[in-house]
Amino acid sequence: MTLSNTPATPELMRELAELVVTALNLEMSPEEIEADAPLYGEGLGLDSIDILEIALVVSKRYGFQLRSDDKDNVVIFSSLRHLAQHIADNRTQ
Amino acid sequence: MSAEPAPPPLLAGLPAQTRLAFTARGAVSAARFAADVRQVAERIEATMPGCRHVLNICSDRYRFIVGFAAALLADRISLLPSSQTGETVRQMRDFAPDLFCIEDGGESTILIPPDLPALNLATLGLGTDTADGKEEAEPLLPAMPAEQIAAYVFTSGSTGMPIPHRKTWGRLVRNAAAAIEQLELASSPTTRTAIVATVPPQHMYGFESSVLLNLLGHCPIWSGRPFYPADIVAALAAVPRPRMLVTTPFHLRTLLDAGVEIPPVDRILSATAPLPATLAEQAEAALGAPVHEIYGCTETGQIATRRITQSPLWSLMRDIQLRADDDGVIASGGHIEGEIRLGDIIEQHPEGRFLLLGRHTDLINIAGKRTTLGYLNQQLLAIAGVEDGCFYMPDDSKTDQSAQITRLCAIVAAPGLSRSTLLAALRQRIDAIFLPRPLILVERLPRNSTGKLPRTALTAIVAEHAAQAHASAAMPGAAPAEP
Repeated sequence: MTLSNTPATPELMRELAELVVTALNLEMSPEEIEADAPLYGEGLGLDSIDILEIALVVSKRYGFQLRSDDKDNVVIFSSLRHLAQHIADNRTQ
Repeated sequence: MSAEPAPPPLLAGLPAQTRLAFTARGAVSAARFAADVRQVAERIEATMPGCRHVLNICSDRYRFIVGFAAALLADRISLLPSSQTGETVRQMRDFAPDLFCIEDGGESTILIPPDLPALNLATLGLGTDTADGKEEAEPLLPAMPAEQIAAYVFTSGSTGMPIPHRKTWGRLVRNAAAAIEQLELASSPTTRTAIVATVPPQHMYGFESSVLLNLLGHCPIWSGRPFYPADIVAALAAVPRPRMLVTTPFHLRTLLDAGVEIPPVDRILSATAPLPATLAEQAEAALGAPVHEIYGCTETGQIATRRITQSPLWSLMRDIQLRADDDGVIASGGHIEGEIRLGDIIEQHPEGRFLLLGRHTDLINIAGKRTTLGYLNQQLLAIAGVEDGCFYMPDDSKTDQSAQITRLCAIVAAPGLSRSTLLAALRQRIDAIFLPRPLILVERLPRNSTGKLPRTALTAIVAEHAAQAHASAAMPGAAPAEP
């Protein structure tokens, strides 16, 4: 990941977990999303449709767009923690 | 059936420098494309003798098209299954024991078993001047006979085995010609509409609306498959006008909602699900281009188009006919192979026009991936430890206007299995888009005296489950704390 001067705070992680649960209508509470479990496949079990929904709420809430050609793309969605870190590094609002 | 007219040679009459593709490395000329196809066809001949069937899982659209055209030249048959899972690859090998694979090191590469012969196109320098083959002064590839079988496209049958649908080269040529005519893509012989597609080339819609329009309509394609809205914007900006976005209602909604500045587009094509009229109006206003929809299915290919901002009626493509009987509607003629019973409920209007009223209940279509409840139930019941179970599709009437994706539910009696074990087993068997959300574990299913599962009883279980989930989410402690 890029060198971050803003760490992903527990508050950001919690806020993001809530966004994900709401956006995807997941049947779980935000606390149940493990910070370091993969979001794709075997972890939370999200698919590409979900990822696009998450990208949409992230762009609206934090004011930046996700890109496939980002070299860290695999890392970004590897866990809630990494996604939160990416947001902390790139948010404009 | 009368003999098909012989299709013309591929790329016939095309100037050598015509740009046929755009990749991150730049434009690819017709001359380069022809050389790439010949090179890959020679590799197939040399390294895959006796292998007549090919599974092309390239994620790069240019490489997919080169692989498909090379397979045609080498008289190999491309298999296009309805999903890409480990189970699918096994099923394709059962169908064709002489199977080999064309891949490009993309994410689907993990699906290739070690003993499946594979040709990796990513190592050949395709689309660049470093490719082995010399550019050809005149880009002309041989003519293939109309009767040659170009592909088998698969649907998931209700018996659990995929059903192959034969596509001869002659019918694919007619298919592309019908689309080019209906969508008026050949308005000028020198300026072809460039295509940016968010759908995979292996899916029937993406195959017709990017692969065939490129190979036969000479519409240049963007080699990538843009995913995020920002990717779509970048891809559109990378190809010249006129340009067309080939997409789905879901991708279109996320693109419009993202609040990004979208480069001018000249046409938008949508398929896989009916486009809500409000979304179509929004898209036409925001992008300043007409939105056309394609209707069809894997068996028939595309057979009709409409522009919903003008009329909800669909217009059949050239030579396609519909005929109603007691059980529904049958399509035939034109590029359709034989007679195909459609899975949708159709109201016919004069002059080859019709309304779509809904689909027959066993068919499932989520984000363009199609299957049947019968197939999904077979896969569920085949898991060791599952005593009984079924999939359930909620009514999607609520979400019709928002282009939201409605997910399946499953109700399962499997005493010894946890939810995560069940999901892991299902993930091996079915496409991720069909994974149940929620997966409801019960002691037994509400079968009636004849052993059937009344929909009302299933609906009640799903509703009760949703109410419980809602209640537990609202409990103190589970509620999000105020910052």
